[in-house]
Amino acid sequence: MPGMFHGFLASLSSYFSTFADLLTRYNVLGAFWMNIQLTLWAALGSLVLGIVLTLMRISPVSSLVRVGDGIVMFFKNMPLAIVMVFLLLGCFIQLQVQLPASFNTNFYWLAITGLSLYTAPFVSESLMSGINTVPMGQAEAARSLGFGFFQSAFLIILPQAIRGAIAPLGNTLIALLKNSTVAAAAGVAAETSSLMNTMIQYNASAITQIFLLFAVGYVILIIPIGLATTYLSNKLAVRR
Amino acid sequence: MSSTITGTQVDHNGKQLGRVLVELNHVNKWYGDLHVLKDVSLKVRQGEVVVMLGPSGSGKSTTCRTINRLERIDEGTILIDGQPLPQEGRELQKLRQQVGMVFQSYNLFAHLSILDNVTLAPRKVLKMSKADAEKEALELLDRVGVAAQAHKYPAQLSGGQQQRVAIARALAMHPKVMLFDEPTSALDPEMVGEVLTTMTQLAQEGMTMIVVTHEMGFARHVADRIVFMADGRVLESESPEEFFTHPRTERAREFQSKILGH
Repeated sequence: MPGMFHGFLASLSSYFSTFADLLTRYNVLGAFWMNIQLTLWAALGSLVLGIVLTLMRISPVSSLVRVGDGIVMFFKNMPLAIVMVFLLLGCFIQLQVQLPASFNTNFYWLAITGLSLYTAPFVSESLMSGINTVPMGQAEAARSLGFGFFQSAFLIILPQAIRGAIAPLGNTLIALLKNSTVAAAAGVAAETSSLMNTMIQYNASAITQIFLLFAVGYVILIIPIGLATTYLSNKLAVRR
Repeated sequence: MSSTITGTQVDHNGKQLGRVLVELNHVNKWYGDLHVLKDVSLKVRQGEVVVMLGPSGSGKSTTCRTINRLERIDEGTILIDGQPLPQEGRELQKLRQQVGMVFQSYNLFAHLSILDNVTLAPRKVLKMSKADAEKEALELLDRVGVAAQAHKYPAQLSGGQQQRVAIARALAMHPKVMLFDEPTSALDPEMVGEVLTTMTQLAQEGMTMIVVTHEMGFARHVADRIVFMADGRVLESESPEEFFTHPRTERAREFQSKILGH
């Protein structure tokens, strides 16, 4: 009996010591940092693109509205992996599009471009849902005071729309962080899913530990985003 | 009334009226097949207070909203201080600055404090300094009696207070004309008075005003002229005494018997 218990403890401790071993042999934190960087740059890129698309969609020019709607519909229905592979094989290899970067960081910016293109329509859809919370009278009041389209948009409509869209924007950010693992498809080798594959290849006996390492890592990263968006969407809500 | 643009004129209660500030000529507007404005012509002189009366759906609010082009028109011309109302762009923005508007639902900017509501347009459109804009805003808020609320947000104010802030916000742009589109219709009865008092004050200070309202007391005592509309047409354009004692059209008599009979 004591021997069996002792044996159980020993296997448990060796199970957990594998974590320490894996963490020292592989740069897991570095891989997560890579995904965080991809996410932050793509968040910025998709926010800018998403705002531009949204401005097109609410503009008084009907051709711009159609183009904006069309771009959103196209990229929203495009799987991320296909966007990534197109950028890598189509833009980089076939069309020889070189981003102003060295060979290695080229893939990095390629992945950020793909993530931004893919995420921008979702940002725009979130913002449009926020714009629906802003009464029509706000825009009319802005116009009657002599504000132009951009002044109305940036001073009156978007500040209220963004505050009404914190929750969907937060969900978009969470999706983006998880989607950043698809950057492997654009040739970014130092990110989490690539590292996980490599680790599994060389440590087939430790698959569950490797899996848990990455799963828990993402949960730790994402829970605060969820909490922050819930808190902010209440705190920033525009009282009417 | 004579139609000269520059000549002054004296109205029924001896008020000196200046040049024509707002002029609508044969304005027509359709919503699809619905003909909502039928050959509407209207002249408003500087200093004049015109109250537009009529049953709902008569086109009085729509007429009011065409004057700063919140509604587009299909035919006819609108002149503000002799200048035709432009279609779009910067010219339209310039003209809109000269026409203040107060809405039924106040439409204060919900994410900005009361003070910022009043200073935003002077700062961003007229490029006034923050200090100058705030100084003037506080004077205006004081004039309409809500200076103590300057640092609150719109949702923290009563409807009557919000509407008075909306008046101050429009006045901060130094408009030549003020449009009021049913300014008291959304208010609780006990708040109507405070808004009407502010508007009466403004009228006495010589502001040119076009007011769409159902407040008959205001129409009778403050208006220089009543414009009565029904079914998209201007049916009468008279002094209040004339309109209320000798309405010329059957439609106006019917309207008056419905609202004054109670």
